[in-house]
Parts: sequence; C-alpha cells; structure tokens
Amino acid sequence: MHPAFSVIFLTTLIGAGQGLFLALFTGQLYSTIHLVEEQPGSFYAVGSALSLLLLIAGLGASFFHLGRPERAWRAAAMWRTSWLSREVIVLPAMMGIVFFYGLFHWAGWTEPFIVFGDGALPVDTTFVLGLLGVIVALALFVSTGMIYASVKFLEEWHSPYTVVNFMFLGTASGFMLAAAYSAWLGNNLVGFFGTWAVIATLLGLGTRTASLFRNASLKHQSTLQTAIGIRHRSIEQKSQGFSASSFNTREFFHHQSPATLKLVRNAFLVLVFPVPIALILLAYLLESPTLPIAAFALQYLGLLAERWYFFAEAEHPQNLYYQQIS
Amino acid sequence: MTQLALVIDLNVCVGCHACVTSCKQWNTSGWAGPMVDENAYGADPTGTFFNRVQTYEIGSFPSTETVHFPKSCLHCEDPPCVPVCPTGASYKREDNGVVLVDYDKCIGCKYCSWACPYGVRELDEQQKVMKKCTLCIDRITDQTLPEAERQPACVLACPTNARLYGDVHDPDSEVSIAIRERGGYALMPEWGTKPANHYLPRQKNHMHISEEDLQRSDNPLTKEDITVYSGEETLDDVSW
Repeated sequence: MHPAFSVIFLTTLIGAGQGLFLALFTGQLYSTIHLVEEQPGSFYAVGSALSLLLLIAGLGASFFHLGRPERAWRAAAMWRTSWLSREVIVLPAMMGIVFFYGLFHWAGWTEPFIVFGDGALPVDTTFVLGLLGVIVALALFVSTGMIYASVKFLEEWHSPYTVVNFMFLGTASGFMLAAAYSAWLGNNLVGFFGTWAVIATLLGLGTRTASLFRNASLKHQSTLQTAIGIRHRSIEQKSQGFSASSFNTREFFHHQSPATLKLVRNAFLVLVFPVPIALILLAYLLESPTLPIAAFALQYLGLLAERWYFFAEAEHPQNLYYQQIS
Repeated sequence: MTQLALVIDLNVCVGCHACVTSCKQWNTSGWAGPMVDENAYGADPTGTFFNRVQTYEIGSFPSTETVHFPKSCLHCEDPPCVPVCPTGASYKREDNGVVLVDYDKCIGCKYCSWACPYGVRELDEQQKVMKKCTLCIDRITDQTLPEAERQPACVLACPTNARLYGDVHDPDSEVSIAIRERGGYALMPEWGTKPANHYLPRQKNHMHISEEDLQRSDNPLTKEDITVYSGEETLDDVSW
C-alpha cells in the first residue's frame, strides 16, 4: 500500500493523545490511593490540554486524507457496519471526555461525592470521567486498529496483532509523553510514568516483532492464477491496459526499493524500542529534565517510521493485476 | 431477486479496447459528470476508467497463448466494499444487485478501494470521489430506450460478442446458461465475495477419437466375416 502521511499522522498522534490520557488517569488513580504524590489540578488540566491537542492534530491530519473533507460529517452514518464510521464517532467522544476531564481538574470540581472504604477511595467526577475515558480510549484503539485488521485480503493487516500493536505503541508513546511532561515540570512522577512507558514499550516490542515474523512467512492466498482464473503455472502480464499511471498504480504501491523498506524497518526497530528505554533509564539515573523529552520525541519519530512500514509492507491483491505497463 | 451481471467470454475477446472506449464515452457524457482525464496529452496521462482490458501471456514459448482479459467491477453478491463505507455512499441496489456509489455522499476516503481485492474502484482526481462501473445504470433502467439498447455500453460495443449481459439469478437467462454450460468461473473465489460477473474459460475444440471410435470392437462385420482356417483344430474335428 502507499503510505499516506495523513493516516500516518492520524494514527500516531491520536495514539499518543489516548496514551497520555491513560497516563494522566493512571497517575490520578495512584495518587487517589496514595501510592504516588498528589498533583495539583493544573497538572491534569494542562496534561489533558496536551492530550486534546494531539487528538485534534490527529483529526486535522485525517482531513487531508479525504477527497471531500467538507462532507466528513457524513462519515458517522454507517457505524453498524464500518469500523471507520465507528472511529469517527468514538474520536470526538474521546475528545469530549478529555476536555471535561481537564476542565473539571482545572476548575477544581473534585469534591468526592462518594467515599469507599473509610476514606480509602474517594470518588469524584474526574474519577468517573477518567474511567469512562479509559473505556473510550480502548474503544478508539480497537476502532482504529480494526479499520486495518478487518480487511481480510490485506493479509499483513488481518490479524489481532494490528489492534494490539496500535494499543501498546500508542500507550507507550503516551506514557513516554507523560514522563517528558513530568520531567519538564520537574515533579517526581518521571520514574512512575517512565516505568509504565517502558512496560508498554516492551509489550509493544513483543507484539510488533511477532507481527513482523508472522508477515515475513505469510503466504498470500491470491495468485495471478486465481486473479484471472487460468490454471497454468506460468502466467505473465503483458499489458495492464494503459500506458502510464492510474489510481490503481498510485494508491496500492509504495514505489520504494526493498532496501528502503528494510532501512525504515530497522530504523523503527531501533527508535521505538531500545533508544527511548535507554534514555528513560539514563534520565532516571541522572535525574535529567530533558532526556525524557528526547525519549518521547525519538520514539514518536520511530512510530512515524513504524506506521510508514506498516502501510508499505501490506501487499494488496489488486497489485496482481498491475504488474506490467506494456 | 435479480442480479444483473456481465459474462465475459475469453474465447472471443480480441483485446480491441472497444469496451473501454465506449464505456468512457458513455459514462463521461452521462448525468454523473465527466470521468476526468489529467495530463491527457502529456508524458504521464492518467484518468478515470470503469473498465480496462489487460493482456496476459500463458505458458512459455513456443507453446504460449495470449489472453485478453477485460476487467471491471464484478458487482459481487457479497461486496466487501459496501459495508466498510462510513457514509453509506457505497451501496448495492436491492432491485437489480448493481453496486453503485452515490457521488453526492462520497467523502473520498478511499477505504472502499482498499476493501476491493480486484482493484476496480478508482478515485476521480478532480471530483475527488470514488468511481466505478455502474453497469450503465442510466442505460439499463431507461424505459425510453428501445429494449435492445437497454444494455451496458461495453456490451453494445463489443465487436466479437465477448460480453454477455443479463440476470445471473434467472436460470434460463443467456448468461446463466453460458455460466452453467461453458464452465463460467468467478475471480478470486478465495475471498467469498461471490462476484456476479463471470468469465468463460478458453475452450479448445479438440475431439478425442480413440481407436475404438473408428473401429468398433463389437463390429458385426468383424464378427461375421469368413474365417480362414489354416489347419488348426476346429469344432468339425471333434468326434461326437
């Protein structure tokens, strides 16, 4: 497939936005039960604003993918059958929850309305919003992943790995950003967010390499024989029916050499996994305020490469029909 | 249920591209606006087409055969491109099974083209909506046309009658009989899309004549011929 930068930015930006929200709420959860130091409302408010900004940037990038962006509102119609439609509904829901979560923290509307277990677990509105946000964030990861995983003849994508990779990698970059944010503020949650970021990164490493191995030994079901229905071992296209290019030759081919593909794959394997983990570890040892920011930035760069490779790697069966100009 | 479709006879397609040009002519001048061409006289011309004719070489020299292969939307009975459309612009008509795009609803997200294994949907580079074969829906449903002309433009244009058109759900239609009796097959059956369009395979008119067909082993002439004896024992020599 042709890797479109609109979709690469959409999936990586909203992944980081969702991950950052998950990180903020994890922080709140831990501080509610006094496992980490309590943070002021502004910490969550600014964090939510950052998360919202990422979600909006992702949505903005997605508009560049559309031929007719002015009609984008129509895309919510077919949620019964289309994962893309489901994403279009869940993404604004996520934005709304993040907005109110930040607003309530900023305004200080955090008076608990119910307290469980002798003061052990006070529940306020932000807690409820946070829980709701976790569910919606997970639903958004699933919707985004299923857009790709549900196309059964794009066999590189048609696997549960696609969904879990989106989930783990988005979460990893979000927690990495939370660690960077904490380091920039100078509070002592860097270690906490950093640890979770490393855990999510390692989980992502597991599932992403598993999907790479799966795809390396993938045997495509469609062949030139099934494509044109002629039973012969040697079939060669002599003409695809036109002398230059068409939508079919632009949209479904990456037009890059195998060497470039390999380079991008190796680049993301280095940038997404070992480099940020090493930087976070180093930041923890040196108590550096800037290294976690570098860790997030490099991991995000790596995720752009990862998503580019994700698209380029997928071989669409229609390509069988477009092998030879004449 | 009616399922209109094309049946393409690979025996007689000569690869003349008449179906391609007639399709382009009819549909570019139709109600849905032009099928845009860009850079038409330049080095890299590109444009929207609903139909392509491709050419394949089967076998290795000298025992090769050239197959011309017209390819357009197969109007699948279970079209994977329809449920993925987020706006409902992509739909399958209830009354005749034709898969269509509502160009006023399409947002040009290209997801349906990803969800088609056959690569028969093309984004119009200027109108920025997805386009595909309509089976000339404006011709075949036009009651003001004489009945003989209520056929897709490609079918009317084909000089060798390689394109048959009709209802594949009607067991007595020309297309159903052709599929049934001449081994009509669907493309990429592995995806379960159940394409309505079928292809008729090349058929060689070889006769298989065995020795027995020429010389009947139970030919009464051979049974009743006059046996020439050369001294061996016969029934006549047996003493009763």
